Amino acid sequence: MFEVLSNEILAPNLHRMVVMAPRIASARKPGQFVIVRADRGEERIPLTIGDADQAAGTVSLFIQAIGASTQRIVSTPAGGHLRDVAGPLGMPTHIGQWGRVACLGGGVGTAVLYPLARALAEAGNRVTTIIGGRSDRYIILADELAAFSERLLVTTEDGSLGRQGFVTLELAKLIADPEHRPSAVFAIGPVPMMKAVAELTRPHGIETVVSLNPIMIDGTGMCGGCRVVIGGEAKFACVDGPEFDGHQVDFDSLKDRLTMYQGHEERARHAATDCRLKEVANG
Amino acid sequence: MANDLTIQERLAIGRVHMPELAPEIRSRNFEEVNRGLGREEAVREARRCIQCKHRPCVDGCPVGVSIPEFLDALAAENLPEAARILQGDNALPAVCGRVCPQESQCEAKCVRGVKGEPVAIGYLERFVADWAMGNAAELPKSALPPASGKRVAVVGCGPAGLTAAGELARQGHAVTIFEALHDTGGVLRYGIPEFRLPKEIIDVEVARLLDVGVTIECNVIVGKTMTIHQLRDQFDALFIANGAGLPTMLNIPGENLKGVYSANEFLTRVNLMEAGRNPDSATPIIQGRQVAVIGGGNTAMDCVRTARRLGAERALIVYRRSEAEMPARVEEIKHTKEEGVEFAMLTAPLEIVGDWEGWVTALRCQKMELGPPDESGRRKPIAVAGSEYDIPVGVVVNAVGTRANPLLTATAPDLELNQWGNIAVDAGGATSIAGAFAGGDIVRGGATVILAMGDGKRAAAAINGYLGGEA
Ligand SMILES: Cc1cc2nc3c(=O)[nH]c(=O)nc-3n(C[C@H](O)[C@H](O)[C@H](O)COP(=O)(O)OP(=O)(O)OC[C@H]3O[C@@H](n4cnc5c(N)ncnc54)[C@H](O)[C@@H]3O)c2cc1C
Ligand SMILES: Cc1cc2nc3c(=O)[nH]c(=O)nc-3n(C[C@H](O)[C@H](O)[C@H](O)COP(=O)(O)OP(=O)(O)OC[C@H]3O[C@@H](n4cnc5c(N)ncnc54)[C@H](O)[C@@H]3O)c2cc1C
Ligand code: SF4
Ligand code: SF4
Ligand code: FES
Repeated sequence: MFEVLSNEILAPNLHRMVVMAPRIASARKPGQFVIVRADRGEERIPLTIGDADQAAGTVSLFIQAIGASTQRIVSTPAGGHLRDVAGPLGMPTHIGQWGRVACLGGGVGTAVLYPLARALAEAGNRVTTIIGGRSDRYIILADELAAFSERLLVTTEDGSLGRQGFVTLELAKLIADPEHRPSAVFAIGPVPMMKAVAELTRPHGIETVVSLNPIMIDGTGMCGGCRVVIGGEAKFACVDGPEFDGHQVDFDSLKDRLTMYQGHEERARHAATDCRLKEVANG
Repeated sequence: MANDLTIQERLAIGRVHMPELAPEIRSRNFEEVNRGLGREEAVREARRCIQCKHRPCVDGCPVGVSIPEFLDALAAENLPEAARILQGDNALPAVCGRVCPQESQCEAKCVRGVKGEPVAIGYLERFVADWAMGNAAELPKSALPPASGKRVAVVGCGPAGLTAAGELARQGHAVTIFEALHDTGGVLRYGIPEFRLPKEIIDVEVARLLDVGVTIECNVIVGKTMTIHQLRDQFDALFIANGAGLPTMLNIPGENLKGVYSANEFLTRVNLMEAGRNPDSATPIIQGRQVAVIGGGNTAMDCVRTARRLGAERALIVYRRSEAEMPARVEEIKHTKEEGVEFAMLTAPLEIVGDWEGWVTALRCQKMELGPPDESGRRKPIAVAGSEYDIPVGVVVNAVGTRANPLLTATAPDLELNQWGNIAVDAGGATSIAGAFAGGDIVRGGATVILAMGDGKRAAAAINGYLGGEA
């Protein structure tokens, strides 16, 4: 059992939870994740380790409650317990020296980006951070990111904060400006956002790292459910990733696989296809 | 000898039949298929044993269970004595009695099999073990030896790890098992389905270990949460038994379509996470109406029978050789067929076909014929030109095999491996790291429960010797 020390709401449906997990806190590196099971009968849910405090033995998780299982996790109050927290899993981010880098976060991806961007800054890179959301209420961690970023740019879809539009808008401007052009780009967010970033940087040959979020079970390479297509080859995101070269990722396949369990409607439709097939098979 | 039948009388008894749940009922639920013998049947079957002096059956058992002795006690209806003998040799008899391939091990060597049918050693092992579980009070409690003051870490809570932990604890060592998943048992829990091995049996066996003072810590991924070297520093010795869990991909087009599973994922969802069999489970599974399982081993049979139980109207095994080459146990193949599963033999998958939404719609196959034997001595399948055809399916399960998982071994470069990534060990299970031993599937590649347990037992003896006790 893993005690929840605090649980605060940062934005609609977005929680920051601090959890007691001393072994994970001392072993983890930026880019790694844990698998959380709230209680018996619950799903195993992968969540990035947003931050860790070795001395206190705690890890922070940023959780967007988008479905039943994530809701179940965020409904655990401070003082309550999560039944299982296992990790740290996945490969740590490769923190190199690029000089100028751009870090892009979309939605909860901003939280996943945070430890990575900080590690890049601490390693001496000059970090421009661009974060986006639907509206100002969805912009998170702006102060925390501004603390180490050389520049922090914000975009919102409705224009309620920062520039109106997507994060790619600001990235395109950076790339076009020789003064600010990054040598490497890190993008974490919804699949369409990461795909758009990779397409934007590809013609310029700018190294682009994305963090993939396929559906997982064990997180140790045992089930193969998290497989993603990288440069035409199957890779297991939980052991080979979750970060990959954005120019090699087959985003369409990932997006598609993420819909595998999208509710009963989808499943019912699938069953109907099955029936039609049977009619065909039986002549 | 309390049971005084003559040899002739013994020879006159015919082999017992295992009562089974009817196929049309069991193929729609997860209840155990083999119902177990009654006391009278079991005693009668034990009396078929002619108590051979040279004990050939014992040679067939990888852990050397004292078969004639426990059968003799059973024949005399001395169940506590039968249980004592059995449990002294085998840490998980209720498991082995159910899942050992007896027909190629102990029963294959039984002299009664020469001119008829061998003694049903497996069924009787199960009977005695189940009796012991239900009548723990009648068994003498063996006193634990004084604490040795030594600490041993066991990596992995599968049959190899469980066995080693029990043996070491009974030598007085303080044992901690570290398990990556949130529950115990390894493949016994997440791989072998409930209808062959009820999960409560694992719970009872694990409780027996806790009773002798073993500590089990789940959610610890050795290599990630802690390294082998950290463990080596904190403990006096360690036993590595992390299994062979890394699915082999088919490498055919369409493998990433929705509805395509590896056997490990399919079985883990249903067994460990209880998807599709417990309405309270939050974990989903695609319950195909038509399911194809690729492969011919025990794993493939488990997957296809699970698919039937999840509601598949049509479920088939697709295997590129013929039935004679199938590695699955004879009993499993028989049960699978009875449950209405189709067998597409001499059939190789070429491609998985999907619709515009990315869902599987068919498995494209090719007919094969058997050519001359290959290196493995089995006749090699050769494709028949122009024989391609589509099997309409909604779910495809790949059960062609697993390999060693490099997650742990990659973090200990000084741990010597063989060319397949399995840990290299000597006869006692010692690895290239002093004080670190290994056994089970991580050493052998995918093998059997009893071989993994044998490794656990041998390594425990070697560890005991290493720690200064008697080897
Ligand atoms: C390595 C890794 C790190 C992650 N880190 C974080 C994190 O730090 N914070 C966080 O909030 N989330 C993170 N995720 C995503 C998180 O695991 C999913 O949001 C969660 O599994 C959804 O579970 P659910 O049952 O609540 O929602 P569901 O009911 O399963 O799904 C709700 C909707 O989300 C879609 N969906 C399902 N699984 C995923 C997924 N893995 N990613 C995106 N959409 C999905 C479904 O298709 C559905 O439409 C991470 C995922 C991975 C693989
Ligand atoms: C579907 C299926 C059916 C089978 N049927 C039969 C049968 O009928 N009869 C038979 O004899 N054999 C059968 N087998 C084979 C048998 O189950 C295995 O040979 C046996 O379980 C191997 O035991 P093990 O202890 O070596 O490993 P496992 O049972 O694989 O246990 C290893 C344990 O280690 C854990 N682990 C892995 N990595 C780490 C890590 N880094 N840190 C901590 N823990 C870790 C795993 O989660 C697991 O719990 C079957 C196998 C499968 C997959
Ligand atoms: S452990 Fe397996 S091989 Fe040995 S006697 Fe029992 S059933 Fe036979
Ligand atoms: S070989 Fe068969 S008959 Fe002989 S002792 Fe063993 S079980 Fe009994
Ligand atoms: S989550 Fe199972 S292999 Fe990656």
